[in-house]
Amino acid sequence: MQTLDEIVAESPVFGGLEPAQLQLIAGCAHNAAFSKGERIFREGDAADTFYLVRRGRVALTAHVPGRGDVTIETVEPGEVLGWSWLFPPYTWHFDARAVEDAGVVAFDGACLRGKCDADHALGFELMRRFAQVMIDRLQHTRTLLLDVYGHGPGS
Amino acid sequence: MATAPAAETAPRGAMAPEPYRVASRAPETVDTWTLLLEPLGAPIVPAPGQFNMLYAFGVGEVPISTSAAPEPGGELVHTIRAVGPVTQKLCATEPGDVIGVRGPFGTTWPLEEARGGDLVIVAGGIGLAPVRPAVYHALTHRDDYGSLCVLVGARTPSDLLYVRELEDWRGRFDVEVGVTVDSAVGDWHGRVGVVPRLIPGAAFDPAATTALVVGPEIMMTFTAKALLEQGVPKERIYVSMERNMRCGLGHCGHCQLGPMLICRDGPVFRYDEMEALMGVREL
Repeated sequence: MQTLDEIVAESPVFGGLEPAQLQLIAGCAHNAAFSKGERIFREGDAADTFYLVRRGRVALTAHVPGRGDVTIETVEPGEVLGWSWLFPPYTWHFDARAVEDAGVVAFDGACLRGKCDADHALGFELMRRFAQVMIDRLQHTRTLLLDVYGHGPGS
Repeated sequence: MATAPAAETAPRGAMAPEPYRVASRAPETVDTWTLLLEPLGAPIVPAPGQFNMLYAFGVGEVPISTSAAPEPGGELVHTIRAVGPVTQKLCATEPGDVIGVRGPFGTTWPLEEARGGDLVIVAGGIGLAPVRPAVYHALTHRDDYGSLCVLVGARTPSDLLYVRELEDWRGRFDVEVGVTVDSAVGDWHGRVGVVPRLIPGAAFDPAATTALVVGPEIMMTFTAKALLEQGVPKERIYVSMERNMRCGLGHCGHCQLGPMLICRDGPVFRYDEMEALMGVREL
């Protein structure tokens, strides 16, 4: 069974960090599990945590009056769930729910924010890596906005 | 060009439509139907990737890719999305109605060239229909290929084609099936996101992979980029192009794309032949 230190070191988002930085990040982490259908966070709530999905699938949803909960993206194993912990006002923009039983590593974002303030090299690295996460999500969202199947020609 | 060369001479049935009777009409989605057509004359035999011109008498003709290998009795299978007058008329046919068919036209999926390597098939929206014959070919000749990945994207769960077949394929131990939709409500437990995002997680050897990609052009562009990022050589990525095809023979020029006539030189092209043309806004 992998230790938290190993999981953090091997994750795509933290891979390549200095051992001391990895140890510091792993010190803010713990394993967690969510049952199928369980809500992980809710829009507007304080974003003090972020997650590394290890197994299962998590849906990011928005409640649309008249349509119910619309899934706008799923987060798969190896991917990061949540970046709102890093930027004011530190609140979630969407809901997150486990589509199936999910195992995650939960990181104390508030704790890490404090460590980033005290260690700017760590802060820069985390900002750079989460900027990449956000860019990926932005590109994904832009592609979705194209609605490529909406008016496509017939086969 | 590695795809099968266009015929030097027009195939039989190229100029005058052959009569076909609608044997059955099955709904796939709210606006998409699959027609089983039985020949009343000599059968037309398309290969995977090719298309026929389907003629709704009195309304017009449209190019529709074959969506299954020809049946033993020469029947054709075409999946059609009702988006215009001709396709709406075709989708509204009833068993017993007669339509005209010209063809087969165009190049084929490079299934022979792909033998011995991995095969990644990526389809978006109704693009699963033109590539379905390639999937069946690979399943029938499973030992000829290494990994077989079928990655499918659709707008919503209710827009997915051939759901039962996707479930069957997913149930096999020798096929990796990935399905994603752009958005979902209700009890969808599958993946939500664009289809290129399925590619990094699929199990294939990029250097030994042939990729077949079909869907809206922008989806094919993003998918090709994702395949290139994984290391699939440009010349091993194939796309199926679509333009306003009228004659099917390369005579009328309606489907011209730069130096290419899609009906004659395509619809299946190597991506390295198409990449520059797909990026020209004026074309």
